[in-house]
Amino acid sequence: MKARRSEKTEIKTAKKQSWVNLIVKNRYLLLLLLPGLIYYIIFCYVPMYGALIAFKDYTPEYGKGFIQNIMESPWVGLEHFRRFFGSYNFTQLLRNTLLLSLYSLVFGFPLPIIFALILNEIRGKHFKKFVQTASYLPHFISTVAVVSMLTLFLSPRSGFINRIITTLFHMEPIYFMAEPGWFRILYVASGIWQSLGWGAIVYIAALSNVDQGMYEAATVDGASRWQKILYISLPSLKSTIMILLILNIGSMFSVGGEKVILMYQPNTYETADVISSFIYRRGLQYAEFSYTTAVGLFNSFVNIILLVSANWISRKVTDESLF
Amino acid sequence: MRRRKRKKIEAMDIICYAAALIVVVITLYPVLHLMALSFSSSGAVSKNTVSIWPKEFTLQAYRQVLSTGTVPNSFINSIVYTAIGTAINMLFTSTMAYALSKAQLPFRSFFTKLVLLTMYLSGGMIPTFLLVNALGLYDSIWALVLPGAVSTYNLIVLRSFFAAMPVELEESARLDGANDITVFWRIVLPLSKAGLATIALFYLVGHWNSFYSAMIYLRSADKYPLQLVLRNIVIQGQMANELAAAGQASAAESMYGQVSVNSIKYATLFLSIVPMMFIYPFIQKYFVKGVMIGSLKG
Repeated sequence: MKARRSEKTEIKTAKKQSWVNLIVKNRYLLLLLLPGLIYYIIFCYVPMYGALIAFKDYTPEYGKGFIQNIMESPWVGLEHFRRFFGSYNFTQLLRNTLLLSLYSLVFGFPLPIIFALILNEIRGKHFKKFVQTASYLPHFISTVAVVSMLTLFLSPRSGFINRIITTLFHMEPIYFMAEPGWFRILYVASGIWQSLGWGAIVYIAALSNVDQGMYEAATVDGASRWQKILYISLPSLKSTIMILLILNIGSMFSVGGEKVILMYQPNTYETADVISSFIYRRGLQYAEFSYTTAVGLFNSFVNIILLVSANWISRKVTDESLF
Repeated sequence: MRRRKRKKIEAMDIICYAAALIVVVITLYPVLHLMALSFSSSGAVSKNTVSIWPKEFTLQAYRQVLSTGTVPNSFINSIVYTAIGTAINMLFTSTMAYALSKAQLPFRSFFTKLVLLTMYLSGGMIPTFLLVNALGLYDSIWALVLPGAVSTYNLIVLRSFFAAMPVELEESARLDGANDITVFWRIVLPLSKAGLATIALFYLVGHWNSFYSAMIYLRSADKYPLQLVLRNIVIQGQMANELAAAGQASAAESMYGQVSVNSIKYATLFLSIVPMMFIYPFIQKYFVKGVMIGSLKG
């Protein structure tokens, strides 16, 4: 018995020593890891700890550290969550967030695929290159600039869209940016404008990897161009499409607030306000820190559930999955 | 021989070329229209006759924009933030990516999981904001460049890039007694220029185009980057515009003399787009490569 115990401790110390050895041996590698590691701890994991204030009443006191302030705030349990679920904002935010994602997905997801298939059919090399390069341009234009263009070109007085509406169709100018009914359309359409060409890159690459012999064999068998697209090109994109679809569905509840904040105005809150813009407004402008952290936490919780279930469904149905 | 190989034009070709042309027009028209407007006289702009070619060509709007100080100053701020931000990004990302790409790194899988977890979980906007303030970064450049120092996506892309490098290159240096840092600095970095350039450009464009952290963290107007100034002039300026139209003397209009508020907006907006517009055709291939490496990793 005794011998065995000492053997065990020996193994343990040996293990410990090999640990230490390993660390000493790779100290320079660990040193390289250090800056990044410190970044992740401070800017990712400390805020995760900070999310605790969702269950507290956080009131920052001057002269105290962030963590100390959190620890000294009184617990309130699920009070903030209850308040959020009971508020009239809840259903509105949920509906707006979901609908913006849904419309972006339904209209924005198939278009890059179609665009890639179209480009694949174009034989002129230079023309193809030109179209591709032109289609990337909006990806490099900032969100602020895109919303600025929307604001200017849709302006009821000076925008060219309203000029067409008034002179060609003899209608009253439309106040696009100020009408709740237009918000989703503009959000989704400008999003498509920005991401169409860029989103097609992955599909174009997948299409370029297709064995050209398959097309030739199909030609010999008398297949039409349309049939080749339908039975060769499209199926070769299947796994790419599935992976991107999972990712998109998984992020349905994480509509970024940046563009919304730039686009919306109090008139259009009823269709435009999403969870993240609400957090920004109420959290940063009205300093309701604990309440909005609770809202954010609820949002991440839903995100994870969505991602995991989309992944699960996809694995069951198509054998494609992220994890 | 050559002539016979030439295929005849089918309906499919016409449809595809037409569709591609429509995409090009929709993509380019707003930008060309904007350019034309910014170089047209305020008179022509207000008459709504400008399409994609400037009318009564003038640089008046640009002269006004550049003489007020706000826009040029923010332009310089943006350059500084982008340069410093990208440098910090590259330092933090490349070192960590290299360390994580090595099998002999102790607790490698733990560190990798620690990093990957942040793709799915985060503390959220508010705790991050409170932390940045508590660290005393409010109203300083560090609030813009430190909280996003490493993008997990870019880190993973770069890690797979380093992992794909042949070990033999490093082995000989190791035999000569070089340590990991020397190997990284002298051998790995110089051999990874393409991968590093890709990641650096991702970061660079991100910094140049960002406005959100500046909006949250900067209070002093003289520190604003171009994107934030653009937002204030064009999007928030909507109010001043409507006031002016309603017949009330607007401060904006008298400030800019005979150049109309709209011309100012067009010029500012176009100025903000120009750098990216001229750079992107040359850097797009790096971006495409980056997207590809990233997508292979899923």
